[in-house]
Amino acid sequence: MAENILRMRRITKTFPGVKALQDVNLDVARGEVHAICGENGAGKSTLMKVLSGVYAHGTYDGDIEFEGSVVEFKDIRDSERDGIVIIHQELALSPFLSVAENIFLGNEREKRGFINWNETNVEAGKLLRRVGLDLNPVVRAGDIGVGKQQLVEIAKALSKNVKLLILDEPTAALNDEDSAHLLGLVKGLRAEGITCIIISHKLNEIREIADSVTILRDGRTIETLSLHDGSVTEERIIRGMVGRDMESRYPERTPAIGEEVLRVEDWTVHHPQESSRVIVDSANLSVRAGEVVGIAGLMGAGRTELAMSIFGRSYGSHITGTLYKNGTPITARTVGEAIGHGIAYATEDRKRYGLNLIDDIKRNVSGAALGKLAKRGWVDGGREAVVAGDYRRSMNIKAPSVTAITGKLSGGNQQKVVLSKWMFSDPDVLILDEPTRGIDVGAKYEIYTIINRLAGEGKAVIVISSELPELLGICDRIYTLAEGRITAEVPIEQATPELLMQHMTKEKD
Amino acid sequence: MATTVKDPHVATTPPDVKGGLSFLTSRLRQIGIFVALLVIVTLFQVLTGGALLQPDNVSNIIVQNSYILLLAIGMVMIIVAGHIDLSVGSVAAFVGAMSGIMIQDWNFPWWAAFLGSLVIGGLVGAWQGFWVAYVGIPAFIVTLAGMLVFRGLTQIVLENQRITGFPEEYRQLGGGFLFPGLFPPETNLLDWTTVGLGIIAVALLVFTQLRGRATRARLKLEDEPKAWFYTKLAFIVVMILGVTYLLAGSRSGTPIVLVVLGVLIVAYSAVMSNSVFGRHIYAVGGNLQAAQLSGINTKRIDFMLFVNMGVLAALAGLIFTGRLNSAGPGAGNLFELDAIAAAFIGGAAVTGGVGTVIGAITGGLIMGVLNNGMSLLGVGIDVQQFIKGMVLLLAVGFDVFNKRRASNALK
Repeated sequence: MAENILRMRRITKTFPGVKALQDVNLDVARGEVHAICGENGAGKSTLMKVLSGVYAHGTYDGDIEFEGSVVEFKDIRDSERDGIVIIHQELALSPFLSVAENIFLGNEREKRGFINWNETNVEAGKLLRRVGLDLNPVVRAGDIGVGKQQLVEIAKALSKNVKLLILDEPTAALNDEDSAHLLGLVKGLRAEGITCIIISHKLNEIREIADSVTILRDGRTIETLSLHDGSVTEERIIRGMVGRDMESRYPERTPAIGEEVLRVEDWTVHHPQESSRVIVDSANLSVRAGEVVGIAGLMGAGRTELAMSIFGRSYGSHITGTLYKNGTPITARTVGEAIGHGIAYATEDRKRYGLNLIDDIKRNVSGAALGKLAKRGWVDGGREAVVAGDYRRSMNIKAPSVTAITGKLSGGNQQKVVLSKWMFSDPDVLILDEPTRGIDVGAKYEIYTIINRLAGEGKAVIVISSELPELLGICDRIYTLAEGRITAEVPIEQATPELLMQHMTKEKD
Repeated sequence: MATTVKDPHVATTPPDVKGGLSFLTSRLRQIGIFVALLVIVTLFQVLTGGALLQPDNVSNIIVQNSYILLLAIGMVMIIVAGHIDLSVGSVAAFVGAMSGIMIQDWNFPWWAAFLGSLVIGGLVGAWQGFWVAYVGIPAFIVTLAGMLVFRGLTQIVLENQRITGFPEEYRQLGGGFLFPGLFPPETNLLDWTTVGLGIIAVALLVFTQLRGRATRARLKLEDEPKAWFYTKLAFIVVMILGVTYLLAGSRSGTPIVLVVLGVLIVAYSAVMSNSVFGRHIYAVGGNLQAAQLSGINTKRIDFMLFVNMGVLAALAGLIFTGRLNSAGPGAGNLFELDAIAAAFIGGAAVTGGVGTVIGAITGGLIMGVLNNGMSLLGVGIDVQQFIKGMVLLLAVGFDVFNKRRASNALK
């Protein structure tokens, strides 16, 4: 048992401008279930991509030793040949192919280029039974539920004679029953001698099935704990995950909080396609003028979904609940109506949802409120350029002119363009979703300053963030979200990372 | 607005303007298309021994291509929004046929038939726009179906016969000229109506351009380099005067359809660059999700674009029918492909978000001059098709190459 199947030594991986991993060590014993924990962005997925060859040997520093010999994977096929298989969080099944075809995709049962369908389906059936699925292998992968798809992925891994199975957030999208089944299966695989690495945010799951846990924070290994003697509590793991020192990375602000501006009552949102899945579960929250309210939650908790459903129902189906603006109920069925009520939402994915990357700064800035610059349908181009120029200066957007194409700006400057766009729509409530994601430290400080300025002007600001220190640094009040439910409302005076993390990982009873 | 700079008198540094050469490279595509047109015109002028720019031939090129250019205006708008319209040829034929029926069977006066035709075009567009915008079927499929449906309807309503003998007024739109007898023939060194129109056009152009530049200077906004601005303006003035001179020396002066086309080009260029509607089209084509999340009613934009295309196709049908004095079951065949090719040669992007009316018109003229020049040289239709196909491929290939170079330069 003590023999290590995997040793990763001093792994360092750098992206332009960011050190994603720094001197990370990971030892995994043969036949164990090894959990990896850390906040969003701590480097867990990057480490697994290094291990599975997604990032080829040579693009990172450090050594990987697998089954006693140093390995240098050039791509995923390389690592799979050695028996390392990764199952990503986003399932990679082709929905229109049958389950059997999916299992043997890229690894077909064939003879001289022709597929042997009988062998394919018979072998697929055997593998499915091994993962506890009683399923006809000829049904289309898209026709079975997410839980079963996850198991099909594992069957696919088994078909490749897996020795080390990596599961990235395997239960994030599963209901309780499917989760329990999957965890049971992982235990079964361990009994068969297959080693598992499991990345999860759900600490109770980790305590249930893992033999040991490695904690990553800010791209570094913090510690590896053995879970056998039961002395390691969830609180202990949380402390490892969040325990970084808080410096003065946040500008000072004296809050001047006024009347309530927006209140959300009993807000329930369902998945847009699978309308039986509840994504946001009777949430209640409110924000006042001049207040910065945080929403903390792990990935998949429903933060973005909550915000976008409030913003003109731009996410979800079967939305119920009431919005109150300045105390009176409002309806905002479209984004246009929401903007009309003075609500703005700056997206977490500014490249996909926030900017027209092939157009220039001024046209992006005016994009959400072009009507303000127009008379009888005709845009006053001169005023538009003046307005954009004012924002370029006041927001310190670093670009040669307002006719610079936004696709060529840095992340921080793109974010400032997005914020300018929403400020120009003159909202009363601004929802900022991950406003500092992918932005360097200096630009972050500027974004915080802008948030403070907005609050100082009496706007109500909601900030969604994965970074707890950020929320603790800039908010007046923080809601925690877990599995679509608001699990706590914490005033800033009482908020600690440990307390928030506890509420963020709270499971449904 | 509350959050913009409080003090308007804050000292403003004049924005940086790119220097001459780098400015030219940034406009390479825009300039390239005009240069290409000039090169092709010069080439055929030489090859045909001067026949290409004979006054009557210039008039002919304009009239011959007017309906394609008209369709290219609507087409480039649809392409900018990220869609395509394969049905415009069939729609033009259908509307032409309906106008014939209105006049021949229903005894409509010519103006009522015009009005009725434009309404039918709008309804056809609304029909296709409904499926694209509100049902969510890709425009490629909807208009492929429309291409078949309206071709079929054309043949049904015409009972596979031609309608000919359209009234004189009707035929003016496609084949008529502006005030042919306004001045006594003995004074007609040149056609003075045409000369007057040309001078008015130049005056309006120079006035609006200079006023725009003055306004931008007053607001301390970034502008094109001075040399570029005046060179461009002088170039356009010379071009307009040149065409004016040629047309004024032709047998009949200004074709009516050129006036219609000119007004529409100016109007639609303004709509695309300065109206809220036009700007929303670019936003939708550039990033659909971002446009939706900015509160733009993207479905309505899509719907309106197809209504607009329907009306323009109807107008093209009227011009075509009037010019031939005939509405036939096979009219307008492959118009859509010429219009689409014009838009893409003119710099529109297949992925949407990029394209201009002027570009599409220039693209259409390139195709038109190629057609006309090769016909003058006696080149067969087979070779003409081959060359037009290669031009389209190379024009878009040039675009792709340019883009790749630009993105490599970023790395």
